[in-house]
Amino acid sequence: MTAVITKDKKVTHNNKGNSKVISSTKVDRKDAKLALAHIMVAFIALFVGGLCGLLQVLVRSGQFKLPFGIGYYQVLTVHGVLLGLILTTYFILGFQTAAVSRTAGALSNKQRKTGWVGFWIMTIGMLAAATMVLLNEASVLYTFYAPLQAHWIYYLGLTLVVVGSWIVGLAQSLRYIQWRKENKGQTSPLLSFMVVVNNLMWFVATLGVAAEVLFQLLPWSLGFIERIDVLLTRTLFWYFGHALVYFWLLPAYMVWYAIVPKIVGGKIFSDALARLSFMLFLLFSIPVGVHHQLTEPGIDGFWKFVQVVLTFFVVIPSLLTAFSMFATFELRGRELGAKGVFGWFKNLPWNDVRFLLPFIGMVAFIPGGAGGLVNASYQMNQLIHNTIWVTGHFHLTVATTVVLTFFGTAYWLIPHLTGRKLTKKMNNLGIVSGILWSVGMVIMSGAMHIAGLFGAPRRSEYSTYGGSEQATEWISYQVAQAVGGTILFIAILFIIGIVVNLLWFAPKGEEEFPIAEVAEGAEKTPALLENFKVWGVILVALILIAYTIPLIDIVQNSPLGSKGYKFW
Amino acid sequence: MHIHKYEKWWLSFGAAMLVAFLVIVGVSAFHNGTHPNNSKWTINYEKVDEIAPFNQPGVHKVEGKDWDYEVVLVASAFSYNPMNIEIPVGSKVKFIATTKDVIHGFEVAGTNINMMLEPGYVSEYVTTADKVGEFLIVCNEYCGAGHAMMYSKLMVVNSNDSSNH
Repeated sequence: MTAVITKDKKVTHNNKGNSKVISSTKVDRKDAKLALAHIMVAFIALFVGGLCGLLQVLVRSGQFKLPFGIGYYQVLTVHGVLLGLILTTYFILGFQTAAVSRTAGALSNKQRKTGWVGFWIMTIGMLAAATMVLLNEASVLYTFYAPLQAHWIYYLGLTLVVVGSWIVGLAQSLRYIQWRKENKGQTSPLLSFMVVVNNLMWFVATLGVAAEVLFQLLPWSLGFIERIDVLLTRTLFWYFGHALVYFWLLPAYMVWYAIVPKIVGGKIFSDALARLSFMLFLLFSIPVGVHHQLTEPGIDGFWKFVQVVLTFFVVIPSLLTAFSMFATFELRGRELGAKGVFGWFKNLPWNDVRFLLPFIGMVAFIPGGAGGLVNASYQMNQLIHNTIWVTGHFHLTVATTVVLTFFGTAYWLIPHLTGRKLTKKMNNLGIVSGILWSVGMVIMSGAMHIAGLFGAPRRSEYSTYGGSEQATEWISYQVAQAVGGTILFIAILFIIGIVVNLLWFAPKGEEEFPIAEVAEGAEKTPALLENFKVWGVILVALILIAYTIPLIDIVQNSPLGSKGYKFW
Repeated sequence: MHIHKYEKWWLSFGAAMLVAFLVIVGVSAFHNGTHPNNSKWTINYEKVDEIAPFNQPGVHKVEGKDWDYEVVLVASAFSYNPMNIEIPVGSKVKFIATTKDVIHGFEVAGTNINMMLEPGYVSEYVTTADKVGEFLIVCNEYCGAGHAMMYSKLMVVNSNDSSNH
C-alpha cells in the first residue's frame, strides 16, 4: 500500500484528540506563521543580497565605481552571507517546518515554541553579523578564512545563526520522532523523513565550523589566544563547507521527489529509492571536504585522493534522482496518451510555474553537476581552482537549480500559508521571473565559466593587472557578466513583487500544498532505510576514515601559528 | 528491494563511468606523478626573509636535480617578489613559494600552475615550461583591499643558451 495514504489517515486520527479541527492536507495555522517568518527573512535577504550582486558585476565591468567609499569586498561579503547563508538557511527551515507540519501533523506547542526560539537566535545573530559588516569590521567574505581577522561579534553572530538553525531543526525532528512513536512499524511520511535526514546532515557538518569558530576564531579575535593554526581552521571549515551545499540541495530534492510528481499529476516512482538516495547523500556529504583544498600545502596527496573518491560517489544518488524524475514525467505523459519515444515531453504542464521553475532547476543541474566533477577531479582542479569558473559553477547549482526550485515552491507555499490563492496572473509573472532568471544566468554563468578557463580569478575587484594581455581578454566576459547580472536583478524585482502580492494582496482562498502518492505496484519501503542508527554508524565511520589521519598530520606538523590581520 | 530493469542499466552505466573516471585520475596521479601541490615543508612565516631559499627570491639555475630551474617566490600583501620571472622554453621548473602574512594564491593564468600559499607552509610544484609567451601571475585568494593589484609576470622565452639542454 502507499505510505502516503496510510499517513494521512493517521494524521487525521491523531488530531481527533485536539479541540481544533485540522485538515491533514493543510499546514497548521500557527506553524504557518513560524514558516512564514523564515520565508520573509529569506526574501528580504534575496533583495539586499541581489542588489549587492548587481553592484559587483557592474564594478567588475570596469564601467562603474562604488560611491561613498563602500568597499568592493564589503559588498561581496554581504552578497555571500545574505544569499549563501541567510536566504538558503531561512527558506529551507521555513519550508521544512511547513513540510513536517503538513505531512507528520501540527507541531506541539512545545515544539513550535522551540522553533520560535531558534528563529530569534538566528535573527539576532544575523543582525549582529550584519552590523559588523556594515561597519567595515568584517570584510572577510562568508568563508572568513584566517588569518584575516574579523571583529569577534561577526564570528559570534554567525555562530548564533548556526545554533539557531540547530534549534529550529530540532523542533522539526522532534515532530518526526513523535510520529514514529505514535505509528510504530509504519513507513513515515516521505517529506518528514527527508527533512530529518537533512537536519541530521546539517548538524553533523556544522560541528566542524562550530569547532573552528568556538575554539579558534572567537578566542583569537577576542585576544585570548594570540595565534591559530590556519590549515586546521580551513580543514574544519571545509568539513562543513561541502555539506553546506548539500544542505541547500536536499530541500530542492524534497520538492522534486515528493511534490513535483503531484503537480504534474503523476506518482512518486519509488518511495524506497527516494529514501535510499537521501541516505547516500547523508553518507557522502561530509567526508569529502578536502576536495576544496586540493591545491593546498600540508595535506597528503593520498588523503586528498581518498576524499576525491568519496566525493565522486555522489554520482550514484544523483543518477538515481535523475532517473526517478524522468520516469515520473514519462509515465505521466504516457498516461495522458503520449505516443513515440519523446512524445510524453509535450504533455508536461509547461505553463504551471510550480512545475516549470523546478524543471529548469533540474536541467541546470546537468551542466552544474558535470562542472562539479571537473572541480573535484584532483589534477584538473588546478586549472580552475579559485578562478571565476568556480563562481560560475555554483551560480548554476545553488543559484539556479536550488533557488529556482525554491521560488517555484514559494509561489504556492506562501499563499498556502497565508490563506490566499496563486492567481493566473501571478503564475504567469512567475514564469516570466523564471525565464528572466534562466536567460540572465546562462549569460552570467556562461561568461564566468569561460573567463575562468582563461584564468580570471574569482573574488577580485576590477583590475587590468598592469595592462596584461591576458587580463584584457577577460574584460569582455566581465561585461557579459554585468549584462547577465542585470537581467538577474530584474528577475529578482519580479520575484519580490510576486512574493509581496502572495503575502498581502492575493485573493483569499485555499492554495494546495501538493504531496504526491507513491506509484501503485511500488514495493513496500524496507525498514532499514529508516534505521538512523545504522546509517549514522556508517556516516561516523566514513568521517573517521577520511579525516582522522589528515587531521593528526595537520596538528602534528603544525608550523608557528598565525596572528590576525586586517588588510581591508 | 525491487529496482526497475532500466534503472539497473542506468546505474550500472553510471557506476562504470565512475570507476573509469577514478581510475584515470588515480593512475595519472600515482603512476604518472601529476599531483597538485602537496608540500609538507613548514616555515616560520615571520622570518621568511632570513630563511633559505627565501632570503634570495628569484630564478636559480640548478644542477644535479630532476629540474633545471628553481623559481623562489615570496608573496605578501599585496605583491610578489620577484615581479618578473624569466625562464627558457622547454626547461623543467620547480616553483617554490610561500607567504609572509595572510593566505595568497599563486596562479599562472591559463595553466595548471595553481597553488595556495598559506602562512607557515611552503608550496611547491614542478612543471615543464613548454610554451613561449608572457603569462600573468595573479593572486586568486582574497587577501585584502589590494588583492586585485597583486600580480607578477612569467616570461617563457626562446633560449639562446642551448648548450645546457
